[in-house]
Amino acid sequence: MSIKGKAYIMGAYEHPTRDAPDKSTPQLHAECAKGALADAGLTKDDIDGYFCAGDAPGFGGMSMVDYMGLKNVRHMDSTETGGSSYLLHVGHAAQAIAAGKCTVALITLAGRPRQNKFFPGGGGGRPGQLTDGAPEAGFENIYGGSTHNTYGMCAMRHMYEYGTTSEQLAWIKVAASHHAQYNEHAFLKDVVTVEQVVNSRMIADPLHLLDCCVVTDGGGALIVTSPEVAKSLKRPLVKVIGAGEAPKGPRGGKDLDLTHSGALWSGPIAFEEAGVTPQDMKYASIYDSFTITVLMQLEDLGFCKKGEGGKFVSDGNLISGVGKLPFNTDGGGLCNNHPTNRGGITKVIEAVRQLRGEAHPKVQVPNCDLALAHGTGGSLGTRHGAGTVIMEREA
Amino acid sequence: MSQAQDKPAEGRKIPAPAVTIESKPFWDAAEQGKFLIKRCNACNEPHWYPRALCPFCFSDDTVWEESPGEGVIYTYSTMHRSPTGPYAIGYVTLNEGPAVLTNFVDCDLSKLAIGQKVKVKFQATEGGPPVPVFSPV
Repeated sequence: MSIKGKAYIMGAYEHPTRDAPDKSTPQLHAECAKGALADAGLTKDDIDGYFCAGDAPGFGGMSMVDYMGLKNVRHMDSTETGGSSYLLHVGHAAQAIAAGKCTVALITLAGRPRQNKFFPGGGGGRPGQLTDGAPEAGFENIYGGSTHNTYGMCAMRHMYEYGTTSEQLAWIKVAASHHAQYNEHAFLKDVVTVEQVVNSRMIADPLHLLDCCVVTDGGGALIVTSPEVAKSLKRPLVKVIGAGEAPKGPRGGKDLDLTHSGALWSGPIAFEEAGVTPQDMKYASIYDSFTITVLMQLEDLGFCKKGEGGKFVSDGNLISGVGKLPFNTDGGGLCNNHPTNRGGITKVIEAVRQLRGEAHPKVQVPNCDLALAHGTGGSLGTRHGAGTVIMEREA
Repeated sequence: MSQAQDKPAEGRKIPAPAVTIESKPFWDAAEQGKFLIKRCNACNEPHWYPRALCPFCFSDDTVWEESPGEGVIYTYSTMHRSPTGPYAIGYVTLNEGPAVLTNFVDCDLSKLAIGQKVKVKFQATEGGPPVPVFSPV
């Protein structure tokens, strides 16, 4: 069974906040849900499927369904792959809808990382006592790994194998900043240059401050519906035509390769289901926790050959109206928003805006009828989950 | 970044590792200064981190093996966003094959390079067993 054409993304909402000292995390989830429902033209009583990940507090789905007063939920999913979870949720919602398990699925993400201090990885050990947590914890959490330096390791190896340069990576940030200048809610609105990126302070070699995404509070929500519900609504029809997912880890340490991501597997699954190719895409939302994340995923998804990502992203090739592949036209996680350190839902939201023709006029891709959203959650340097979703605007 | 800041982070304390019933033999050996890896008797593949079941063939006939802890740097990143000063994280490809996540210590962090030969040593932790780290040889 394929999900192609079995579900539509009919509601999409990105919370405008980027700093929320005055709101609770459940409140942000609920505000996002409310926004997505209003966007779709539905009410919370219409929701019969609920999807959330590790950022949903308490018992996740159980706590949030009860908090939001969702009375009619008959399908729940709390798949957790970090920031890419919500891309997997779109695919899973389409599956559940295709199987008749629900007709209106709500996906939410929210959190407030700006209200917490940053601690590079604790060990999690209790001296003198045994623990029973993640199997890798004892062998990895002690080394001060964070997103910055574990993605830094990937960038270092990519540079070593393919000659990728800091200047090439910088072009990814430059492109995002060109888009963010038009987004009134973007956390960083200033256009930056390659020189500014490579001269910003070093965070984790070879990644500079401006190679990193923003840290923002906030969230987002999506409504995925059956074709029948979709066609009863007054919103443009954004059809899900392909979805793929894949986990990747060090795999016992054998033949470790940090220059590719799980997109190498999730991408082909999604493209095959959709019956399209990377070159058919008019727009792409590509997870951008760091500049290197974008470059590796573009290669793995097949937008260019392995090792040629540096060349592909250079000279504004990712800037809408300038280059061949407009990406992250909201400014992405690099400039606009990376709510609760998870950029998956905003990737889908901007793709939906593009397909509806509702992106900012300065960055709207003309006749955008085919788009991709892709995410990587966890760490490219250790283990992560990749999720790819391909969407089509139905006339 | 000044040169002074790129010296190894003497101040960074390594937290106690999380020890499980499955990994306890590794940490008991670490207390004795021995670096163990796991090898599968069924398929003969060594793996890292150590597991009871082989991640390649799923046999439960895996055994501890002492390793000299020698290999080369696969990749690394020096972390500058640290209240106790820069430190380096990376992977070592052991001569036996598996890649091991670790810290590089007792060296000039600005001279680290992919392909460089390194060897294991153990570093004290905050109340737990010592953990394997690597230095250039």
